[in-house]
Amino acid sequence: MAADMRLPTIQKPVSLTFSAFDRKDLVVPGDVITSDTGFMRGHGTYVDEEKLTASVAGEVQRVDKLICVKPLKTRFNGEVGDVVVGRITEVQQKRWKVETNSRLDSVLLLSSVNLPGGELRRRSAEDELTMREYLQEGDLISAEVQSVFSDGALSLHTRSLKYGKLGQGVLVQLSPSLIKRQKTHFHNLPCGASMILGNNGFVWLYPTPEQLEEEAGGFYTSLEPVSVSDREVISRLRNCLLALAAQKVLLFDTSVLYCYESSVHHQVKDILKPEVMEEIVMLTQQKLLDQEG
Amino acid sequence: MPFSANATPEFEGRGGEELGTELSNTLYKVFNNKHSVDLKSLCISAGEHCWVLYVDVLLLQCDGNLYDAISVAIKAALFNTKIPRVHISADEEGGKEIELSDDPYDCVRLNVENVPCIVTLCKVGHRHVVDATLQEKACSVASLIISVTHKGTITCTRKVGGGSLDPESIFEMTEAGKRVGKALHAPLMKLLQEEESLGKARQKVGFLG
Repeated sequence: MAADMRLPTIQKPVSLTFSAFDRKDLVVPGDVITSDTGFMRGHGTYVDEEKLTASVAGEVQRVDKLICVKPLKTRFNGEVGDVVVGRITEVQQKRWKVETNSRLDSVLLLSSVNLPGGELRRRSAEDELTMREYLQEGDLISAEVQSVFSDGALSLHTRSLKYGKLGQGVLVQLSPSLIKRQKTHFHNLPCGASMILGNNGFVWLYPTPEQLEEEAGGFYTSLEPVSVSDREVISRLRNCLLALAAQKVLLFDTSVLYCYESSVHHQVKDILKPEVMEEIVMLTQQKLLDQEG
Repeated sequence: MPFSANATPEFEGRGGEELGTELSNTLYKVFNNKHSVDLKSLCISAGEHCWVLYVDVLLLQCDGNLYDAISVAIKAALFNTKIPRVHISADEEGGKEIELSDDPYDCVRLNVENVPCIVTLCKVGHRHVVDATLQEKACSVASLIISVTHKGTITCTRKVGGGSLDPESIFEMTEAGKRVGKALHAPLMKLLQEEESLGKARQKVGFLG
């Protein structure tokens, strides 16, 4: 068993050659966007001596007379309909507080969950007292954003069989800007694992369940031992996700799948080495371009 | 053993002191025996003067497995240390005068063959993990710290963590730790000698890359 050691080398910056960015749109804090005073200023901008300047690093978006800067590295700003993966931090009266990588903890109301057994009934005082039996501090859940409070906190709901408490799997925490908005965020990958790409940057990898769980509305978690081949697939997927995130590639099911296929002839632990990461991500980007063109 | 607040916000101000004292005590126990570093080579004049070695470690980034990384860094730093040669001449009043040689290349190098490397084994469930990241360490209840020399001899063992370790599992862990520790020394020495041979051509890389 040999240990691999190397001297420190200067890291190469991530190249933007493959992206179709319009360079004029990217700004850094302090850049002047325009000197025209006819525009309204939106988020991420401020007025400095009659000139509109950016206060965050990101791309400029213009809607008629409104100019705002959408930052590249930011906390999760949720919108109605987003799928999130979160961790329960507190159990309060009639609701749970969920951590979703946003500015404030999100709220999961007791009336927004499916009770085990699937009955539709009025939540009683007894339900309130047994909240901890359903979801405890430290549990992971997948949920959808129902609404946004006036202070920016999100209100979540799990009123569908596909949402609920998550069982055995691996959580990967990434930046929310890297997750592409798609029609569905639940993917069953052909390599043998399933993935939930939360809009808040939390990605959940888990072994594909054999049969659909119809009972208990998503609170039943299977504790059966996971086979070694499934574990290997999930570890490889996790390393691929970290490689894609390090090279700032947009994450969606096709890109993750291509990255997995490109990494097959490397060992799982080698994927985390910088030169192997670059090679795999370059192959992935080429495959994505070929598919588009 | 100062901790930079770069590593985690917890280390700001005096936050890292407890961890720092624990680390320096363990490192002192590991390195402070006559077999690790040849202390006789540090002697200037028998019974009167000798060099005292101090090692300062500044932690810039923390992702678990501190002991292993620090021990490798200490071994590399000791390999690189150049101690200037000292000439002792007799003074007029009979006292000894110590002169350091002015030539920057006239120096004594330390023999770091026997300096041990630390291996940390974390117990997760029924198995143990070597080189655990911060997330993996959060899942383990107890860990065993073993310092191993290049021949495979164990110089120091310590258990950290609140959990308990089965005596049989301790034996397995020490065997695994010995194997891993032995395997660490050869590539490290090879790499250090390679870096030495690069001389002026070696590129200087800072912390920010």
